[in-house]
Amino acid sequence: MQIFHRSSNSIARVSIVGGIVLLGALGWVLYTLMGTSGYVTGQYVVKHQPVPFSHEHHTRGLGIDCRYCHTSVERSAVAGLPPTETCMNCHRQIWTNAELLEPIRSSYRDNVPVQWTRVHDLPDYVYFNHSVHVAKGIGCESCHGKVNRMPLMFQNASLLMQWCLDCHRNPTRNVRPREEVFNIDWNPGDPKTYASLAANAKAMGVPVEVASKPGWTPSSAELARLRPNLAKDYDLHSLTSCSTCHR
Amino acid sequence: MDSVNAKGKCGAQAAAKPETARIDLDAVRERLRTKKGPEFWRSLDELAGTPEFEDLLHREFPRFASEWPDGVSRRGFLQLASASLALAGLTGCTQQPLEKIIPYVRQPEQLIPGKPLFFATATTHAGYATGVLAESHQGRPTKIEGNPDHPASLGAADSFAQAAVLTLYDPDRSQAILHNGRVDTWSTFLSGMGETLRSLAGGQGLRILTGTVTSPTLAAQVADILRAHPQARWHRWEPAGPHQTRAAAMRAFGRPVDTRYDFTQAKVVLSLGADVLCEGPAGVRYAHDFAEGRRVRAHHDTMTRVYTVESSPVGLSALADHRLQLPPAQVEGFVLALAQKLNLATGGGAPLANPRAQKWVEEVYNDLNANRGASLVVGDEYLSPAAQVLIHGINQALGNVGSTVFYQEPVEADPVDHVQSIAELVRDMNAGQVSALLILDGVNPVYTAPADLPFRAAFEKVQLRVHHGLFHDETSQLCQWHIPAAHELESWGDARAFDGTVSIIQPLIEPLYGGKTAGELLAATLGNQADATSYDLVRQYWTSRLPGLTAGLAAAAQDTAGGGSNTTLLGFGGAFPGAPGIGGKAAPGAPPMATGAPVDSTVPNSAVATGMAPAAAGTAAPATAASNPAFEKAWREALHAGLIPATAAPRATAAFNGGAAQQAAGEIQAALGRVQPGEITLQLRPDPTIWDGRYAANVWLQELPKPVSKLVWDNALVIGPKTAERLKLTWHDTVEVAVGGRKLAKAAIWVLPGVAEDTALLTLGYGRELAGKASGLGFDAYPLRTTAALWGAPGVTLRALGGQYIVACTQNHHAMRGTIEHEDDVATEQAKARHVIRGGTLAEFQQNPSFIKEEREAPAADETLYPPHRYDGHAWGMSIDLNVCTGCSACIVACQAENNIPSVGKDQVLARREMHWLRVDRYFSGDLDEPTFSFQPLPCMHCENAPCEVVCPVAATVHSDEGLNDMVYNRCVGTRYCSNNCPYKVRRFNFLRYSDKDTPVLELLNNPDVTVRMRGVMEKCTYCVQRIQAARIDAKMAERPFADGDVRTACQQTCPTQAITFGDIRDPKAEVNERKANSRNYVLLAELGNKPRTSYLARIRNPHPDLLDKPGEE
Repeated sequence: MQIFHRSSNSIARVSIVGGIVLLGALGWVLYTLMGTSGYVTGQYVVKHQPVPFSHEHHTRGLGIDCRYCHTSVERSAVAGLPPTETCMNCHRQIWTNAELLEPIRSSYRDNVPVQWTRVHDLPDYVYFNHSVHVAKGIGCESCHGKVNRMPLMFQNASLLMQWCLDCHRNPTRNVRPREEVFNIDWNPGDPKTYASLAANAKAMGVPVEVASKPGWTPSSAELARLRPNLAKDYDLHSLTSCSTCHR
Repeated sequence: MDSVNAKGKCGAQAAAKPETARIDLDAVRERLRTKKGPEFWRSLDELAGTPEFEDLLHREFPRFASEWPDGVSRRGFLQLASASLALAGLTGCTQQPLEKIIPYVRQPEQLIPGKPLFFATATTHAGYATGVLAESHQGRPTKIEGNPDHPASLGAADSFAQAAVLTLYDPDRSQAILHNGRVDTWSTFLSGMGETLRSLAGGQGLRILTGTVTSPTLAAQVADILRAHPQARWHRWEPAGPHQTRAAAMRAFGRPVDTRYDFTQAKVVLSLGADVLCEGPAGVRYAHDFAEGRRVRAHHDTMTRVYTVESSPVGLSALADHRLQLPPAQVEGFVLALAQKLNLATGGGAPLANPRAQKWVEEVYNDLNANRGASLVVGDEYLSPAAQVLIHGINQALGNVGSTVFYQEPVEADPVDHVQSIAELVRDMNAGQVSALLILDGVNPVYTAPADLPFRAAFEKVQLRVHHGLFHDETSQLCQWHIPAAHELESWGDARAFDGTVSIIQPLIEPLYGGKTAGELLAATLGNQADATSYDLVRQYWTSRLPGLTAGLAAAAQDTAGGGSNTTLLGFGGAFPGAPGIGGKAAPGAPPMATGAPVDSTVPNSAVATGMAPAAAGTAAPATAASNPAFEKAWREALHAGLIPATAAPRATAAFNGGAAQQAAGEIQAALGRVQPGEITLQLRPDPTIWDGRYAANVWLQELPKPVSKLVWDNALVIGPKTAERLKLTWHDTVEVAVGGRKLAKAAIWVLPGVAEDTALLTLGYGRELAGKASGLGFDAYPLRTTAALWGAPGVTLRALGGQYIVACTQNHHAMRGTIEHEDDVATEQAKARHVIRGGTLAEFQQNPSFIKEEREAPAADETLYPPHRYDGHAWGMSIDLNVCTGCSACIVACQAENNIPSVGKDQVLARREMHWLRVDRYFSGDLDEPTFSFQPLPCMHCENAPCEVVCPVAATVHSDEGLNDMVYNRCVGTRYCSNNCPYKVRRFNFLRYSDKDTPVLELLNNPDVTVRMRGVMEKCTYCVQRIQAARIDAKMAERPFADGDVRTACQQTCPTQAITFGDIRDPKAEVNERKANSRNYVLLAELGNKPRTSYLARIRNPHPDLLDKPGEE
């Protein structure tokens, strides 16, 4: 006597295939959630800070250079967070009574450092060096994104090793003229965003006398030549040995 | 790092099974008679070919090495582990915890976050200074390097200086003022002291006890106090000071002149048991000078010839061309015989009965005499004053004074006889004449005073006992007051080097526990300067003296800037004294560790800020000298250079008293006459790693294998094989030691080939009762030490107790076979090319400079299954010159400090789990009873065809594009296949969590540029890759190519003899290439075809042709 109905066969087949698909889907969901999602990597997550400091206001709004606060970015592995004194340089004059700035004032008054929350937190076995990246023509924006459009700071890239290696395997993709490193709005294809157009004419294959004529604008072909030539000028290499970053 | 429980409830029962098997020495001898033994051997186990040794040789780890330490079996653990495995998987879902960044409130001048600063200062050892550059990462001292401009350092540093940073952060340091065992305050102490001191009219009954004082400031302070209190007395006790040396100088010259040597001028050196290259205030400098005469670059080079006549081996023994082993009395007899040849002493019979020794006297005399003015006879502290008087005479008679030997005015302030000084103190204390005793700078007389002085009993008769030191110890326990001392890295001071050169000691950090310096204590209690800081005191002293001395220093100071490792920044003026903004007050959280301020963000790699003000010890100074620009300039220059020029001690003219020689000869004759045949003589010595006991708490030094014996965490009564056989004693046996009516209840035996017959060697410093984690380790030798017999005595009786005390020794750890043996002689001879230690004589080398190369047995370069690596950039390599390695082991401590290497404790060492990335192997060769020694530093070989790389299942160890054998901790899953496959046994596995992440103060010690490893991870030498990367980035930023010498590894930088060279082997001009092109170059186990990047320069000995009579001498 048949215990199972004939349809059981189909159900069994479907459930085997379906099970595999379901497991795969589950795996994919877990991988995305646990491995690469912002929940794990911190990407796009705004973290609470003692003072809601707006990079947008201070850089795009007021035109303060990155290096006014991040003083060691060109000299050290770390870009450096400004001492309270730097904030007070201006804020002892302006917004002196703003409630938002009370943590800064009390820090200065009581000689107790402000405890900021780290936004870009690399694992302890990763040794990243700001100064050499800046010297080699990698802009702030390449990793930190459009900081001048961030009222509150967040991590723009995943900071996964895969993301580091994408650039380390082919650094030409992200190189920019050294003059533009701190220019967050720089766009390689848009001459209007260049502060240093003429200075980089040579790297675009344009003679200096041509470039120094008023009104000169590079063609898109000339602009496309910029990055490969800069990579050569700046002596960029693909560095992918483990000990480049791990020690 | 070092929260090791040295005494621990010996877990690892199974694992900690050392070589307790009794080696039958008779069988070894029999075997050596019938069959030629291995030419180089690490231990008698290897010589005997014990099965245990064979087993170790073939394993990376001993059996049971993976066993759980607390008795849970591996299987039991797995059962437990599997139960929680499912839950463990969930930990993958957690986010990284939020981290804080804590910037400064006011950032100090010159500080760039993430970049270290180097400060020129000095560390002292037994009173004498070594100039150092201390590395500071945002206010945390992390590493000591030598100061290239300082005469005692020349860029190198010894293991004591290297370990100073660990003492600074040692959690065992005393952290509060104690009054009768209770925490009290500085002001209570001062008022109490003031009351007592006022009652002492003219200082009647007031005594001060210090060790050796070379500090001009402290000496001047004491002198002032003695002037103000004429009845007060200043006593000195330096347990391992130059007592007999000074006594000899008094007898030979009538005053206590210091003797100095110039090894660069010496062609023939006779050393009588002296360890001048590894210990003593001038050790680093002497090693450097000595090595200059031993570097054989080309076949036409000459070499200093070294003879040693000694009872027990020291570092120099390994470099000796000829070594004669005699019992202690006969060593002195040898000196007498030599003096007789030089007609310094007449009459008396021949002091040496031993025909071989007689021949030696003859030959050595001839060689010395043929090199008059360029020879050098080195005695040392441990020879009797009589023998040292004769040595002074011998050097004089050989015309060496003025060329290789000279005398200088003593460097120690008020150089008294310390033994007499402490004896007087005890006498007066006993007589009730001492009402207040101030013990300064950690002198620990209750533990170290000679046994015939009843110090302890007399001490308790003193009404007011004050102890000042870094640690609670046996003495502080008996004192009413204990004042924590400030460490040299956290206070101002000054000190003189062996040649008298003064260095200003400047702080890098605020005192962690509010410690005071000896100067501050004296100023506050007796100097009427209650608020004077160490900074004020030093500046006060130098205000009038400094200008004028530093003239011409500015030029020299500029060179100093090249001394740093990663960054060549030399801070001006110590702890930013002039920094605007720091002001007179330190940040409230300034002694951050003391108040438990958060340090989580100071863990490596979060380099933004520490929330910690840099040391500001001096910033509160009154602006006394601000009005004196000449002083201010000179002060800054002296600080920047790390020394005050023109302060070296003047040379002394010393007239040798011929009558003293005759008298000394008589004394030695008499002593020789008293020697009973078969009587054992005890030798007492300061310990090579923990000295007189003062470094007992320093786990780096405790775990540093003693250069010759390779013992760690313990001392032992060391005897030679013949004595052991006669007394039927063997390794780890316990004995009772009695000499001159005094007894040491228990000591463990260690048998060491190379110790003369009838000699027993015991080092000081162990068996402490109150030394934190080092309490109870080893055996206290001080009860056997008397004022008349400071360094040993004849007539020792050893009574076997029948028990065992397991001593940890690393001699068989990470064993490689030194020698390949075959049944027939031809094959054995051919296999010589595979020896780990290679070498020959200078004559052989001169005849055929490439004899080492010709012996080599390496496969063809392309004989490999793997594709070759191609290098377009740099390719790093290392060369180690075995000809100049003294085995001093400073490199090991430097490596440990640089690379955050944990100490593991005695139990773990017994399980062969020590973590040192760099080891110094010691090999014996030749005769079982009178061997010669060789040292071989062994870091990772960074093989071209690395056997470790191909077996790693997770690619955690891979080849870099510069040929480094990279270790990627975050990939490692701990299979240990790599270490199993490493023929050099250089890989170390974190069986447990050895890195101390629970003691906050130790986190400050870590080098932020190196990962702190976790449990279950393999690690090994990286060629200091963090330094390579830092130098690369510096070069890139400056847009200049890498220059040779830009990268120096930690071991290379600290090596006093520059035995280690590191550089780019693709750079034809690099020094490392010059060394590798030397025909002495060879690699280890070349026959395996691994093509190591680390290569060695073969040992060359320079024996005297006429002394080549004896098998065993090469």
